[in-house]
Amino acid sequence: MITVLYFARLREVFGKASEQLALPPEGGAGAATLDSVRAQLAARGGVWAHELALQRSFRVAVNQAVARLDTPVKDGDEVAFFPPVTGG
Amino acid sequence: MTVRVQEADFDISAEIALLRAGNPKIGAIASFIGVVRDLNEGDSVVEMTLEHYSGMTEKSVEAIISEARGRWQVMDALVIHRIGTLKPLDQIVLVVVSSAHRGDAFAACEFIMDYLKTRAPFWKKEQTGAGARWVDARVADDAAAERWRRP
Repeated sequence: MITVLYFARLREVFGKASEQLALPPEGGAGAATLDSVRAQLAARGGVWAHELALQRSFRVAVNQAVARLDTPVKDGDEVAFFPPVTGG
Repeated sequence: MTVRVQEADFDISAEIALLRAGNPKIGAIASFIGVVRDLNEGDSVVEMTLEHYSGMTEKSVEAIISEARGRWQVMDALVIHRIGTLKPLDQIVLVVVSSAHRGDAFAACEFIMDYLKTRAPFWKKEQTGAGARWVDARVADDAAAERWRRP
């Protein structure tokens, strides 16, 4: 299992701040990546498909470090999806 | 280095006094305070709420300060960022950098702020006369951070 966190506008649109997910099955290309997690969530359709479409400008992190969609994800990881940051 | 994320306000005089206490090697202290404006994108801002990614926020700001220390001669650095509900006139963020000389202090302070704006996981939601809205990331902030990119 992995923990998936959502922040700010995405948290509101998805209606949840976090959830536990089974790690997506390994594809032919090898280990699961953030993109496999993204695809699994987008397959829910509706706002999930809309917000997590590849052309959208969401950001991703694995274990509290900025990551990319090709970053590998393993069991027990903390994954996060969030909008571009606006602090300061 | 000190990084604090807190709801409470801060006092720049007290923070600077703490940072420089008993250190005669400091020759320069540069600081920046970000405050809440009453107008954004043409709408009056009544209040704003700041959300962050606890844990990642502290790590990312510490990484930014470490990078600044690698580029300039920095003796110490402090970042305080407020979260929760803030109103116009309220202080949001404080950056203080101490160094032997002003050039390093100025540059490191501006660098830390530019990187914080584009890398640290904070998000603002504004309550305006036109309703509530999440603040969009600004291209100008990306450009400001881009200036520091090394070839």
